Amino acid sequence: MRRDIFQAIADPTRRAIIALIAVQSMTPNAIAEHFDTTRQAVSKHLKILTECDLVNQEYQGREIYYQLEINKMKEIDKWLEQFRKIWEKRFDQLDKLLSTIKKRKK
Amino acid sequence: MKNNLQFDFIADKEKNTLTIRREFLAGRQLVWDCYTKRELLNRWFAPKPLTTKTKSMDFREGGHWHYAMVEPGGTEYWGWTEYVKIKPIDYYTTLDAFSNAEGEINKDMPRADWRINFTDKGKNTLVETIVTYQSLADLEKVIQMGMEQGMMATLEKLDELLLSINK
Repeated sequence: MRRDIFQAIADPTRRAIIALIAVQSMTPNAIAEHFDTTRQAVSKHLKILTECDLVNQEYQGREIYYQLEINKMKEIDKWLEQFRKIWEKRFDQLDKLLSTIKKRKK
Repeated sequence: MKNNLQFDFIADKEKNTLTIRREFLAGRQLVWDCYTKRELLNRWFAPKPLTTKTKSMDFREGGHWHYAMVEPGGTEYWGWTEYVKIKPIDYYTTLDAFSNAEGEINKDMPRADWRINFTDKGKNTLVETIVTYQSLADLEKVIQMGMEQGMMATLEKLDELLLSINK
């Protein structure tokens, strides 16, 4: 089942899980230790996050590690690039404004 | 005109922060005024072809800036910035928000903390902007919103236009 990203981040526990595994990939047990809810509840959240394509699973020996999906991270990079351009343009405009004001003062 | 003014743009995904540093060829008081006076802010804040429209602005602690970035076609993107701490001409901090024309804050959208530092760099001024999101998920949501609103598309079109002019 394909879900959308809004469902993934609608729940505070899921948001917290994303924040946790953004730093490093983790096993379900390690993730569950950070929450007061049951291991089952955490598993359910992980299932939803997986269905949103926001996290994926990686097997290391007998352990399953959950990690943040790289392509979703790329969306963030793309946005950052746009954001950087916005600021570049803003600053160029501010340069012009500053030089206009300085000329007028002289 | 290309210059060699310092420009840093650093994203820290673990701390959910963005740090933007830029040097300006002007003294600190003048740069501070451009950031904090509505008539000056209106003249540079929205990246072209968008323009800035201020509905209300009260630059004091607890005050706000209610503004829109307006597309040439008339589409408006409203924002609400709350001023938290102000120490002229060193720094000020804000809490941003998406809003509507009436100034009602969109509670479904995440808010970010901003700190803007002004320091001397010789005769020039260095402005450091630090944006902090609550979580990566918050940042995702802002991105989604930007894409849905078509604002990113507008800017991409501008890039294409600039490329074609430069050729």
